[in-house]
Amino acid sequence: MLKANKIMRKVWVYILLGIIAFICLFPYVWLLSSSFKPESKMFVIPPELIPNPFTIQNYIDAFTLSPLLRWLMNTIYITLIVVVGGSLVASMAGFAYSKLRFPGSSVLFLIPLCAMMIPNEVIIIPLFQIWSKLHMIDQYLPLILPNIIGAGGMFGVFLFRQFYLSIPNELMEAAKIDGCTTFGIYFKVMLPISQAPLATLAIFNFMYTWNDFLDPLVYLNSPEKYTLSLGLSLYADMSGVLWGQLMAACVIATLPLVIMFFAAQKRFIESVALTGMKT
Amino acid sequence: MKILLKSKQIKHSKLYKKDKWYAYAMISPVVMGFCLMMLFPLLYEFYLSLTDAKLVGDATFIGFQNYETLFGNDALFTKSILNSLYFSGVLVPMNISLAILLAVLLNKKIRGIGIFRTLVFLPSITPIVVWALVWKFILATDVGVLNSFLKMFGVTGPAWLYNIHLTMPVLIVNTVLKGVGLNMVIFLGALKSIPQIYYEAAKIDGAKSLKTFTKITLPMLSPTIFMVTIMTIIGSLKIFTNVYMLTNGGPANSTSLIVFYIYYKAFKEFKFGYASAAAVILFLAILILTLIQWSLRRRLVYAESE
Repeated sequence: MLKANKIMRKVWVYILLGIIAFICLFPYVWLLSSSFKPESKMFVIPPELIPNPFTIQNYIDAFTLSPLLRWLMNTIYITLIVVVGGSLVASMAGFAYSKLRFPGSSVLFLIPLCAMMIPNEVIIIPLFQIWSKLHMIDQYLPLILPNIIGAGGMFGVFLFRQFYLSIPNELMEAAKIDGCTTFGIYFKVMLPISQAPLATLAIFNFMYTWNDFLDPLVYLNSPEKYTLSLGLSLYADMSGVLWGQLMAACVIATLPLVIMFFAAQKRFIESVALTGMKT
Repeated sequence: MKILLKSKQIKHSKLYKKDKWYAYAMISPVVMGFCLMMLFPLLYEFYLSLTDAKLVGDATFIGFQNYETLFGNDALFTKSILNSLYFSGVLVPMNISLAILLAVLLNKKIRGIGIFRTLVFLPSITPIVVWALVWKFILATDVGVLNSFLKMFGVTGPAWLYNIHLTMPVLIVNTVLKGVGLNMVIFLGALKSIPQIYYEAAKIDGAKSLKTFTKITLPMLSPTIFMVTIMTIIGSLKIFTNVYMLTNGGPANSTSLIVFYIYYKAFKEFKFGYASAAAVILFLAILILTLIQWSLRRRLVYAESE
């Protein structure tokens, strides 16, 4: 009696999980399935889950008939600069805040703290005016620099400070006795042991920059300079949108993130969970 | 320990003096970035909000006129604020309660649970534009798969993204689905840190599972719930891309949220001064929420470490 009860409960849990899984998975299944369908079979009733005939024409068209490759390259370019630059700036500042003593450190530490109160969405208007006075509209600098040292970069400082606080000072002292400069200690001793926060911040910055939409929308004008996110929205705005091609392009835009996610699932979840801290 | 440090400081006084300049150099990018790309723009925005700045031409100082117009004479602003309150007011409780229930469910140690956790988390890493486009495709009135599916049963599906009564609920559910996995992960972490001994004691006392949930799980989670709630409120106030992609604020401005309103006034109508005033209001809201978050976190962190 008790055992049967237990089994019944397990069955209910699995049914519930199945429903949740279906809701979560369906958009992805439909996205993939539509990207492999010919345009003529896109809207048949009843809807077909498995493409018949199966075609990769949408992918070929997306790459040859639209600037998708260009947008992909632009996005990779911007993202890589932010990932590398963000890691350097945040680790340096995190090291200084945690391991060096200097006058005014307590006041200066308020800076990354205060930065959390000023999200990008709030200051986008004055930032736009400043960048346009500097003739930087339709350039990549407004997309890159704030993500390294502005609103997008501050959270990495916390991450590294927290990590370096947990590293014993003896390690530094030993290097110092061996004649290492302070910068040398950071670069040759601390940075090489920072794989964990480096990976977390890299994933975080990668995701944030890859998915950023408001900044490209505000700053970029020429279609050939668009990022993937902005390019996809342009696609969707065009009248008579070709859904098959659009879905293929969406798959291409999502794939790098999904691959990274499955390659480093644990670190990925950690990075995303930290997103909440970045307000 | 302190004395030891002091003696070292004297011994290496030159080195430590040099440290000071290294430190300033190493934090200088962050400090400069903050001053030039956050503090100055914020102050400039306060100034802009007191002018009639536009895309071209000189800006004249007009005092608090923008604020007076916003609160006295702008139906769209009032509507956007109300929309944002409606949106956040429904989204936040829905997101939090769903996230807690999912975390409890996905905390069970049964076969294949990892796959389910991954699936719930997947929307959190999907580009927001892709997420919105796929749902736009699924929800399309005439040709979308949802309405095609309903048609098979002879039901004519509604215009999900164009019906004034449906757009906001659709937008809310869509945003919850996108973000609930993130909160679920945070709650899952918090659940794992609840000492198992409480549950064992409750079991010995013969407590039912609903009672253990309300008497042990929820109280133990409450610090996390507070933090996540404020985080989610702030996040919901900043929602823009979903609105822009799915409904473009319509129909009849029924989904115009505050950031969308600011974007529209600034970058479609080019009323920079006026839009800045609205942005200042948003800043104040986020400022208050962040200050609450800090004081709570400080209190909670102390409570935990004691």
